[in-house]
Amino acid sequence: MTIDKIIFLIVAAGTLIAALRVVTTGNLIHAAFWLIATLFGVAVIFAVLHASFLAVVQVVVYIGAIAILFIFAVMLTRKDMRDQGPQLNRNWGFGALLAALAFVGLALLVHGWSGVTKTASAFPSGFDAVSALGNALVSPDAYVLPFEVASVLLVAALVGAVYVAYNRK
Amino acid sequence: MSSWVYVGLFLLVGLIIPVGAIGAAWVLAPKKPNPIKQMTYECGIETVGDSWVQFKAQYYIFALVFLIFDVETVFLFPWAVKLNSLGMFAVIEGIIFILILIVGLAYTWRKGMLEWV
Amino acid sequence: MDFLKDPLKVTADWLLGIFAGWGMPELWANVLIGFLGIFILVALLMALDIILVWIERKVVSRFQSRIGPNRVGPFGLIQPFADIIKLLIKEDTTPEGADKTLYNLAPILSMMSVLILWAVVPLAPSILGVDLNIGALYIIAAGAIGALSIIMAGWSSNNKYSLIGAFREVAVMLSFEIPMLTVMLIPTIFTGSMGIGAITQAQDTWFVFLAPLAAVIFLIAAIAELGRAPFDMGEAESELISGYNIEYSGMKFGMFYAGELLRAFTFGGFWAILFFGGYRFFGLEQVSAFLAVAILFFKAFIGYWIIMWVKYTLLRIRIDHMLAFNWKFLTPVAFVLLMTTALMNALLANAPAWLYIGGMFLSNILVAWISLEVARSTSRRERERVEGAKASMPEVAQH
Repeated sequence: MTIDKIIFLIVAAGTLIAALRVVTTGNLIHAAFWLIATLFGVAVIFAVLHASFLAVVQVVVYIGAIAILFIFAVMLTRKDMRDQGPQLNRNWGFGALLAALAFVGLALLVHGWSGVTKTASAFPSGFDAVSALGNALVSPDAYVLPFEVASVLLVAALVGAVYVAYNRK
Repeated sequence: MSSWVYVGLFLLVGLIIPVGAIGAAWVLAPKKPNPIKQMTYECGIETVGDSWVQFKAQYYIFALVFLIFDVETVFLFPWAVKLNSLGMFAVIEGIIFILILIVGLAYTWRKGMLEWV
Repeated sequence: MDFLKDPLKVTADWLLGIFAGWGMPELWANVLIGFLGIFILVALLMALDIILVWIERKVVSRFQSRIGPNRVGPFGLIQPFADIIKLLIKEDTTPEGADKTLYNLAPILSMMSVLILWAVVPLAPSILGVDLNIGALYIIAAGAIGALSIIMAGWSSNNKYSLIGAFREVAVMLSFEIPMLTVMLIPTIFTGSMGIGAITQAQDTWFVFLAPLAAVIFLIAAIAELGRAPFDMGEAESELISGYNIEYSGMKFGMFYAGELLRAFTFGGFWAILFFGGYRFFGLEQVSAFLAVAILFFKAFIGYWIIMWVKYTLLRIRIDHMLAFNWKFLTPVAFVLLMTTALMNALLANAPAWLYIGGMFLSNILVAWISLEVARSTSRRERERVEGAKASMPEVAQH
């Protein structure tokens, strides 16, 4: 077992535990902080996979923006909405069954896939993932259109958010 | 060896130093807690009500607007890195990308969502 | 002579020889050397932090026509050490109803978010820090952890003031992150890389000459990001009685305080690195690594001094004005500047150096001038509107 693998297993276990705590903890703010721990674990996994750009973007966007958005949203609620009610409802057995089935299905799929046991080929020397990404995003024969559509999508999200908030006022 | 190992070491040292400082204070400082000492107070008198205050929706709106522009700049970083070697076409493309988002900002502004009321 | 030129490599090789002699595998020896090096760097930074307390207090008192600390030791130099002893032996109270885990974690995260910034700081040509090709975003990522620690502190203290302070501070930090990220794209465009080391090496001409407006916007956004006056929403002594860290005492408060000072110094350093050539100064940096570090720290101190100057000169701005200033002025200007720079960069790609630099400089000045004129006329109209509304109101009894 290589060191990379050991680090990966430790981080993955931590991420899963944190993810479990997100859904089991009763306190909304605690759930948000556990979510942040989960997201940070994912960022570390990206870093272990040498995906530097994604690792940093994970922290900047998910921890720096989305998690804080969640905390703001929680604070919008009234006090009597927190720490209430049981964590499980009547259908928990059914949900657990579905989750288990999904897990078994995914495990079977991954088991049958040859890519999972392959070792990743090393990067060619001088390979820069960020400039490759930049090339892909703006060269005419690559992903120009998705790049521009992403901008439209962001504006659509902004307009939607403004509309919802505008009506509430 | 990946350079992230060193970032990991920085994280580790960055944890050790403050934990060490606070730990040293924990060893050295006296500990005599009592309920009156630990009471929170506001304006010199006891706290009224719960500290959980309901915030206004404006915080949420600003966080949302921030999120949109945050994602946008993240998209622009790879573009900026390759700008020198890709020429005019990439520049125009990036400018269109930014202009579409400025339209979004203008819409938000026009609807009065950038006011802190 | 080798040692003066590249002390890090010489020391590392020497240590590697020793560790190899002990029969340690090379990988572990490298990790251990890295750990030792980083530990020494961070310990030195903490020592610097102690000095910064003295500098900050001395400078603020000079700005306010006072003398500042002058009793303990010559020029009060021993004062910060006395402060540390006091912080160490001061009773540490935890307010009732506080969330203990988060309450204790927040000051640690706050300090950590500053210290990890130094991972990407290029100290000298031979000491480039961690060579990440995403350095610019790394700075923002570390800032995100800082924002998180503020929310953590504010929420877990069980105090309305700290909660409100934390939320205001984070709202301001988030908002000003956008112009900051946008102007960070400008050195990235010039360099063709996001790496902080590469940005330093590319500055044969300091980027402040190519993008003076970007440098100014970065400084403003950095001050807001630091939560210092005139943007000190989180602490606002007169309204929130020091805001998010109100319930902290002893060393935990010390961590917030030291973290704030070191972050201010660090952002002075980043300002110097992104726009003023970092460790570069007419080839002097090639003489010795120590000289390069000295140059960088000198520039960082100048940046830090300007941040202090702004802090102790200006009043706190109201939060609505602050956010309006960001979203309605700074962000659009930063975007326009980014587009102009990208366009000029492509148009002048094959121009001689003097034309390139001159064109860039003039386009920056032009953008700054136009945006200031627009802002001035808009605010004049706004003022007239408000005054007109007041004049048409029925007269009320004066008291």
